[in-house]
Amino acid sequence: MSLVAAPISAMSSLPLAAVTGAFQVSLHSYLYLAAVLFAVGFFGVLLRKNTLVIYMCLELMLVASTVALVAFSRYNGLLDGNVFVFFILTVAAAEVAVGLAIIVALFRRRQTVQVEELNALKN
Amino acid sequence: MSASDILFHLFAVFTVACALGVVFNKNAVASALCLLLSLVGVAGLFVLLDAFLLAVLLVLVYAGAVVALFLFIIMLLDMQGGDRKKFTKSTIVSSTLAGGLLVTGLVSFAQRGQVAVAENVPVVGNTLRAYAEQLFTVYLLPVQIVGFLLLIAMLGVIVLSKKFEGLEDIK
Repeated sequence: MSLVAAPISAMSSLPLAAVTGAFQVSLHSYLYLAAVLFAVGFFGVLLRKNTLVIYMCLELMLVASTVALVAFSRYNGLLDGNVFVFFILTVAAAEVAVGLAIIVALFRRRQTVQVEELNALKN
Repeated sequence: MSASDILFHLFAVFTVACALGVVFNKNAVASALCLLLSLVGVAGLFVLLDAFLLAVLLVLVYAGAVVALFLFIIMLLDMQGGDRKKFTKSTIVSSTLAGGLLVTGLVSFAQRGQVAVAENVPVVGNTLRAYAEQLFTVYLLPVQIVGFLLLIAMLGVIVLSKKFEGLEDIK
């Protein structure tokens, strides 16, 4: 089915939704969810002071972007978004390994992972 | 309201609640476990989006490997609790403001965009065969590059976690 037929199906589903009060899960719902999840991760990155928790929040942001990609891919009837998420998962695995190795090296040198004590570049 | 709608809302609330748990937990171990639950919620959303393979991969790679690695590092570093000091008021205000602005911007962006509202798009090849066809024809070069990236990341981790003699005096 092409996207040309989309407005027709959307219009036909509209009165039904109005009558039953049903909330059809659309692409927008997934996008809002991805936005909220991304913002929660961002908030955590800004708020927390433990480097490991900051890193977890970064992972959360990455996962939020994959939700949006998979939703776009599904609602357009394509597979490319899913394949892209494939690559994101791979790169995220590599990134976590390197990042945690850096954190361990940092801890070995400075005996702390709190960002406010890691101020060697200040001033 | 169909079953998939109810499931979507369930998984969405679960995922966001667990994500908030990651942010607000004092203990780093509890944060990691909340991240695990949040990823399970996202995997459920993937299932609702007919991306079964990605759901399985997310649980295997993220929930299996990544969270286990996080827990391992937390255990290795033996931190006392999460954050030792209290948050300052300016940190809380500014991060709340920034997070709120980000969510407002993203939501308005999603609202205004001319996105396709096709409700009944047929599922296109979510089988393993379809993935393999894409990965080994169209995306062959990226697959190779990602393979090299993984190799380089492995080498980097080995170099980073090696102890260098004589480097300890430089501080």
